[in-house]
Amino acid sequence: MDTLLLSRIQFGANISFHILFPTITIALGWMLLFFKLRFSATGDRKWMDAYMFWVKVFALSFAMGVVSGITMSFQFGTNWPGFMETVGNVAGPLLAYEIMTAFFLEAVFLGIMLFGASKVKSWVHTLATFLVAFGTTMSTFWIIVLNSWMHTPQGYELIDGVVHATNWFKIIFNPSMPYRFVHMMLASGLTVAFLIAGISALRMLWGDKGEDVKSALRVGIIAAAGLIPLQILAGDMHGLNTLEYQPAKVAAMEGNWETRSNVPLILFAIPDQENRTNHYEISIPNGASYILKHKAEGVVPGLNDFVAEDGTILHPRVSAVFFSFRIMIGTGVAMLLLSWAGVVMLRKYGAGHMPKLPLIAFSAMSFSGWIATLAGWYTTEIGRQPWLVQGVLSTKDAVSDVPAGMVLSTLIGYLVIYAALIIAYMGVITYLARKATRGEPLTSRQYPRGNTTDVPVLQPGE
Amino acid sequence: MDFFGDPAVWLPWAFASLMGLSILIYVVLDGFDLGVGLLMPLAQEDEKDGLVASIGPFWDANETWLVLAIGLLLVAFPPAHGVILTALYLPVFIMLVGLILRGVSFEMRAKAPIAQKPVWNAAFFAGSLMASLSQGFMLGMYVMGLTWTLPHVGFALLTAVFLTVGYSFIGAVWLIWKTGGELQKHAVRWAKGGMWGLILGIGSISLATPFVSTRIFDKWFSFPEIVYLSPLPILSGLLVVFLWVQLRRMPFENDRLSWTPFAAATALFTLAYCGMAYSFYPYVVPEKLTIYESASAAESLFIILLGTLFVLPAIIGYTVLSYYIFRGKATELRYD
Repeated sequence: MDTLLLSRIQFGANISFHILFPTITIALGWMLLFFKLRFSATGDRKWMDAYMFWVKVFALSFAMGVVSGITMSFQFGTNWPGFMETVGNVAGPLLAYEIMTAFFLEAVFLGIMLFGASKVKSWVHTLATFLVAFGTTMSTFWIIVLNSWMHTPQGYELIDGVVHATNWFKIIFNPSMPYRFVHMMLASGLTVAFLIAGISALRMLWGDKGEDVKSALRVGIIAAAGLIPLQILAGDMHGLNTLEYQPAKVAAMEGNWETRSNVPLILFAIPDQENRTNHYEISIPNGASYILKHKAEGVVPGLNDFVAEDGTILHPRVSAVFFSFRIMIGTGVAMLLLSWAGVVMLRKYGAGHMPKLPLIAFSAMSFSGWIATLAGWYTTEIGRQPWLVQGVLSTKDAVSDVPAGMVLSTLIGYLVIYAALIIAYMGVITYLARKATRGEPLTSRQYPRGNTTDVPVLQPGE
Repeated sequence: MDFFGDPAVWLPWAFASLMGLSILIYVVLDGFDLGVGLLMPLAQEDEKDGLVASIGPFWDANETWLVLAIGLLLVAFPPAHGVILTALYLPVFIMLVGLILRGVSFEMRAKAPIAQKPVWNAAFFAGSLMASLSQGFMLGMYVMGLTWTLPHVGFALLTAVFLTVGYSFIGAVWLIWKTGGELQKHAVRWAKGGMWGLILGIGSISLATPFVSTRIFDKWFSFPEIVYLSPLPILSGLLVVFLWVQLRRMPFENDRLSWTPFAAATALFTLAYCGMAYSFYPYVVPEKLTIYESASAAESLFIILLGTLFVLPAIIGYTVLSYYIFRGKATELRYD
């Protein structure tokens, strides 16, 4: 394997590992704020218990996200120097704004949010929780702006092969940005909804009868059931946007080789890029034309349009995009079915008396958001190839000339560490759940209500 | 954009200063975090939680200064970013792995089953060690002009050790400030033990830098520059003497002056850093690329600077707020 492919795998591995944790912290921050506000409003102890359990998961995920994010900022220089040299004038300010308006905000107030509850007034602590959640969302915004610009660049001019910004409004509000941002925020919401529902279900299976667990389960299921239709809608609109700006990606997602009307929706197939056809195809007639053009005769672009005269392939590797897309959709459908069934069960049995089967199903789906998120990102990012910045910079022109052996050895190093850390991370979350189930107290302090200002002093030995 | 003359001149200068400031803040702030990690094996079992508690609320934000520094290098001087990081590919990798291990084990040691705690304590130390050594190594390679020859690597290995011991020193003086009782007494002992690293580190780089490049030699040893610059070594010497005398007598009654070693160490780091900045200016890649040659387009830099003027004071403001909230001796880390 050459440096280009190894560098792509390395960047893919690093950013895949990284995105797992922001996907959790973005929405979990808001969920914690919700728990905290419910507690302030009702004074019901269960909300503080839920907060205390999930803030631990948040702290752990946040640390994982920070350390893996630092890796990303170095990877640009170590593996992709051509990226910043060509588009640095656009990417630079966006990254700088992310660090300055989001990174510091979340990092500093995280300390107060985690360890400051007994040192500051309750409203300051709530404010710190808000600022952390707000910071993670700002961070998402800037990163999505840059990523979307790489898919649908505008507001720039090329001078001597280097991109210069001409219109920042157009750069920030580039055509795919709103869709991608909404899609990602909803993805984070769904990931957290299923994580909370799943871990709560696991605790109930282990025999936890706490009020906080029942409430968390209810919140998780209702959030999931409410968000998933929104996500399907947002995903569909994002797809139409992609059809307009990156038709080759959509052609690969649909596994459609020839530009034509009455294109079927392929449920399963094995795309064969060599012979430019699909094997073992199972499809719904006219399905893709309906989804993309809203009529059976709708013309859908085909992959064969993206082959140059000399045979150079200008579309992404079909099988990678095709299967990633189906994994994402499949996970989404499973989420829809389970969460709506969950709502029916909630109405019928209440959170306290859920039958075993749905509890097992929810526990099994605890990390399903990760799978859908990764599959979705693979679809859109591999789908942009061979471009790094669509139509501006090709991936192979940005890679560094570091020897392949060096990239390979560091790649193996990263993979080993990431595998170990993911196992440790999932292990610790289940351990925390088990510990909480055994009834070990999450807090021994009488927590002050939102409107009281006196802060109890910690007793020695507490 | 041209209030201060040619923007192609003052903007790169402003960004080099901002980047330099971020690196300095990072070295001091994460220096004590990493230093505390390095001292873990020296601490008794029941002291380890105290060590971690002293940096608990801060380490995350401290590390962010590295992201800002590398981000500024990335956005303001893209070609230099590429040259420096590809030349330092391997040590950067080791540093990143170290930072990952350090940050993750910080959380894990408190949340994983008790039986696993020693493993995460060890990972916390190993991560801090990898990050410190690689940063020292990169410092040495940078001073030597980023060329991989045997003598250069040898020098870089030396600076790796010196910076690591230097970090353990600033970690120890941080502990003197933020802890009390037996742990504080131990910290005084560790600080005395680690001072040599700081002195040798600053000394070796000060001696080596002028001899790597005649340009730097002339910048230091010509008249009248040598007179203007003389406060730098003199003040550094005084600070070393002060630290030495102070540490021999510490801790004082009622915890008096327990902050002074940390302040002196910070001043020492700052002086050494200013000396380096003076030597290398205007180069961002030593003797190869100046900040003016490698700067991004003025329009883009201006957009960033505009935001920085509003955001940086806010960052500094709430950072100070955080240190104020967690002032005094470190207490047990609790979420409630």
